[in-house]
Amino acid sequence: MGYEYDWSVVLQPSVWLEAIYITLVYGIGTTVVGLILGLVLGLMLISSFGPARWFVQIFIGIFRCTPALIQILWFYYAFPIVLGINFPPWLAAGCGLTFYMAAFSAEIFRGGIQSIDKRQWSASRSLCMSYWQTMRHVILPQTFRRMTPAIVNQAIIQFKNTSLLSIVAVHDLMYAANALTAETYRPLEVFTFAAVIYIVIIWPLATWTNHIERQSNKRLS
Amino acid sequence: MSTPFITIENLSKSYGDFKALTDVSFSLEEGKTAAIIGSSGCGKSTFLRCLNLLETPTEATFRIGDKEVFFQNEKQVDGEKDALSFRREMAMVFQSFDLFPHRTVLNNVALAPMLVRKMEREKAESLALQLLERIGLSEKAKSYPSQLSGGQQQRVAIARALAMEPKVLLFDEATSALDPELVGEVLDVMKALAEDGRTMVVVTHELNFALDVADVLVFFDQGKITEIGPPAELLGNPQSDRLKTFLTRYHHMLKN
Repeated sequence: MGYEYDWSVVLQPSVWLEAIYITLVYGIGTTVVGLILGLVLGLMLISSFGPARWFVQIFIGIFRCTPALIQILWFYYAFPIVLGINFPPWLAAGCGLTFYMAAFSAEIFRGGIQSIDKRQWSASRSLCMSYWQTMRHVILPQTFRRMTPAIVNQAIIQFKNTSLLSIVAVHDLMYAANALTAETYRPLEVFTFAAVIYIVIIWPLATWTNHIERQSNKRLS
Repeated sequence: MSTPFITIENLSKSYGDFKALTDVSFSLEEGKTAAIIGSSGCGKSTFLRCLNLLETPTEATFRIGDKEVFFQNEKQVDGEKDALSFRREMAMVFQSFDLFPHRTVLNNVALAPMLVRKMEREKAESLALQLLERIGLSEKAKSYPSQLSGGQQQRVAIARALAMEPKVLLFDEATSALDPELVGEVLDVMKALAEDGRTMVVVTHELNFALDVADVLVFFDQGKITEIGPPAELLGNPQSDRLKTFLTRYHHMLKN
């Protein structure tokens, strides 16, 4: 016998809207904060100060080479116990994903900065610009453009990884889908619907950034 | 009355065991143009980059006007505090133009005045426009470097250097990367600057330019100054075998 679909079970607008809101907040929040942190780490990675580089290398090693799920659990459960610091749960839940994003984007920033022609540095130095002036006004703007595809890619992964937050009782899309499944015993409909929502959120984001990238490429080459 | 404005004493630069420059001394009066020639790898670009402090000399004393810097053992004596004010005395134009590709032509010229000379945006941009007008590119102010020909890009790079109002202009093979038909427009700008009484040090392969414009011609060979003097004299009556050999290779370029 074929499966009888019953899509009426997903008709719970208030549940989904709340979940979409939470997913967007964590998706955007951890991406943006992760990127800013990643930029700082990326700059430390190319610094001439050895200890700064070593620290970041260890940080990246840990956060790139462990599953995001474990990082989320660790910050949520282990951090308060081991360090005796009590984060509010919403913050603890976001920490793991933020650092995960930071670790990956730090490497993207480092690669991007180092891919800029060294002669841009000489030209700036010759004009008496300082290291930070050169970095801010000459190197980073070019780096950002060059890195956009890699960053967008990472942001997409990041948005999907917010689904892992449901494990620590963040009421995101995945959590809502789980809850609804438990209630209705209709995993097929519920998770398919959740997948559609992820697509509807993420696809336009990716298309929009591709568009921006094309615009700036047109101008630059 | 002819006191030297730029003085370089005992400049040496080594990369490991390789001696790029050995004991180079040289001086130039204010308002004069020196042309530096030599085969590739003779140290002429290194010389210019050392003077601009883009490379740290192994040993040297540099003086421009009343600014002085000393180098010993690959280090600046007295730390690096005077480096920036010394570098402020000059501006360099590079072989590969090295404009900022993400900024408009106007912004390329106005950026350093805003950041380094702390000029207000409006002032810096009006200065930039003025300079662009002078090199005949004011209508390209809103373009991006990639939309310009090589010759135009190099002229913008000259405007960018001029915007720092340097006392000395350094040109590092400014026309070597250009298509032959674009060389003239850049040389014209350089010539006009020399006629304006700018003090210039020009590393070049353009012997005619050296002959027409330079007050002093310097021939570098194997990291040393082999001959120095008035261009017509050096080109017309070379003393050393190295310069003779060099000139036979470039003979076809010299007009009679």
